Amino acid sequence: MSRPFAWQMAAALVLVLGGMALETMQGGTAANIWPALGLVLVAAIAGSLFATAPLIEAGIAFIGAHGAAWLLISGIAGHEGNAGPSFYLALVGAWLLAWRCVTALSAIKPASRQAAAALGLIIPVIFGVWILILWEAIVRGAGIPFLLLPAPSAIGARIVSSASILAADVNQTVFKAVLAGYAIGCISGFAAAVAADRFIFLRRGLLPIGNMAAALPIIGVAPIMVMWFGFGWESKAAVVVVMTFFPMLVNTVAGLSSAGHMERDLMRTYASGYWQMLFKLRLPAAMPFIFNALKINSTLALIGAIVAEFFGTPVVGMGFRISTEVGRMNIDMVWAEIAVAAVAGSVFYGGVALLERAVTFWHPSIRGG
Amino acid sequence: MQFVKKFWTGASMDPLRSKIVPVLTILGIMIVAWYAFAVVLNGPFQRDLDRRAGRSPGLAGFLVETWSQPKPTLPAPHQVAQNFFNTTFMVKPWSRRSLVYHSWVTLSSTFVGFVFGAMLGILIAVGIVHFTSLDRSLMPWIITSQTIPILAIAPMVVVVFASIGITGLIPKALISTYLSFFPVAVGMVKGLRSPELMHLDLMRTYNATASQVFWKLRLPASLPFLFASMKVGVAASLVGAIVAELPTGAVAGIGAKLLAGSYYSQTIEIWAALVAGSLVAVVLVMLVGLAERITGRAMGGRPA
Repeated sequence: MSRPFAWQMAAALVLVLGGMALETMQGGTAANIWPALGLVLVAAIAGSLFATAPLIEAGIAFIGAHGAAWLLISGIAGHEGNAGPSFYLALVGAWLLAWRCVTALSAIKPASRQAAAALGLIIPVIFGVWILILWEAIVRGAGIPFLLLPAPSAIGARIVSSASILAADVNQTVFKAVLAGYAIGCISGFAAAVAADRFIFLRRGLLPIGNMAAALPIIGVAPIMVMWFGFGWESKAAVVVVMTFFPMLVNTVAGLSSAGHMERDLMRTYASGYWQMLFKLRLPAAMPFIFNALKINSTLALIGAIVAEFFGTPVVGMGFRISTEVGRMNIDMVWAEIAVAAVAGSVFYGGVALLERAVTFWHPSIRGG
Repeated sequence: MQFVKKFWTGASMDPLRSKIVPVLTILGIMIVAWYAFAVVLNGPFQRDLDRRAGRSPGLAGFLVETWSQPKPTLPAPHQVAQNFFNTTFMVKPWSRRSLVYHSWVTLSSTFVGFVFGAMLGILIAVGIVHFTSLDRSLMPWIITSQTIPILAIAPMVVVVFASIGITGLIPKALISTYLSFFPVAVGMVKGLRSPELMHLDLMRTYNATASQVFWKLRLPASLPFLFASMKVGVAASLVGAIVAELPTGAVAGIGAKLLAGSYYSQTIEIWAALVAGSLVAVVLVMLVGLAERITGRAMGGRPA
């Protein structure tokens, strides 16, 4: 099992040789593919022959794959839409090398904690970069119309050129609507859960309704909220409140009953009252559940605010920008907005996750690393 | 007194007392609150209307008026129920005024999207469980993909597809697919990894191949996880279909009905469409539950 046969290398070799044969027969297409083909060929041969350790193999495959990708993408400039089959053969060859690289990296069992963390970061990054590379290369190689799917580089340029508009949209949607709604929704859901936990009758009545609400398309209240609270950010915050309330309620109620019998009995032998039990045992024990709800709500909140903006806004906001720029066929601006929304959503989620690490450091899922 | 105490502490296990009565009570409180809010929210406009007409209705008359405005800020429950009944049972199901027609349009794209999403999720989960490199590289991105407010793309997907001549079901179903694959993939990965080491070791002593382990151990063990995540997925799928109907292209479906209602301030219509959407959601989740029960019985499972 230590060194399984690297079929990706062999496949890359075959593809590149096929590409070379095609290139010689047809006498070359518009763009010059030879450097990329050559690089993949050299890397595949070197990787198969000289790779003594997984790290060396991964390094060779990494250089071959990304060098070839860079050569291909820079070589296609000026020849967009004229890529021949050899272009795609070289691209797939380079992609196989990257796959080999990731496989080799996955096989490494690092000794230190830092190395493991770095590896856990590098592997998904390579995957993500390759999605962008394939996207860029195929869009430009096949000349896919700009209206249908702009290349990542065009979207990046658009983000840079209209940074001020994007910043204003983020300010309106994220910092006003999402944060306000998220805070109110989560806090009120939490309060309702504590009340439901205190009074069993309330819990029996609210929990089935809360569970059912998880399946309902709550986002549909958006037009009603816009009608009630106007076009400003307040109506979007109201939608977010309604969307985040029930996940928080259900999860907190589940969390409050998660403390074990042993611990409860211990607290009882200490003669602790309801509130002492709540603050010293049951709330800390409920924290993993509460953070689960906070994480779910972080994505729900962003979705709620953006979709609510489809129903009417002042002339600023991410949802507003997306719906108007779609109408004006500025697809690159839409993608730029989506990229920013993705970053905002990930940062929000990541922030909650970091907070969770700090608060529930005692939980096995975090302690275990 | 004993009864009351029992009632509040829930000492009895009678399903009527422990489930139905509390739920009905809470629902009843909600409906009363709804009527009260309808008075509060519709009151100012109604008072204004009365003042201009020079009328001075008594308290009872005022209450009834706030509950029967044609375009209220908050329609009273009976107005919504009446509208829902009229547009569901009193018109032909295939006419454009019927909620059944709009629900069917939404339901069909939800269903197609969900089927593709569930299949995609299962495929991804199988890949992740069997290839380490996929696990290490794909799993973080699957999780990241859900922090992206993907519904934001919905209008664009529909418009872009329309520009190359694809309209109707497919773009909407695509959004449903994207939303529903994630819960299924994550749940299925968990499920496929749920067999204990003992069971896997037993399979090894039987000299079972990887595919035998998959079909005879991992897949059956994963079914409870699969159905639980499919319930989440089908609800997400419905939300995707509704939001996909919002942009200009859509002319039918619950989402289009919501948008039309918001353009013309037809609040009663919006609420009726919401009720229809909720009913569709409940039916979808119940269908998945039914499939779960049938599969469980076919596999010889006992009710837990």
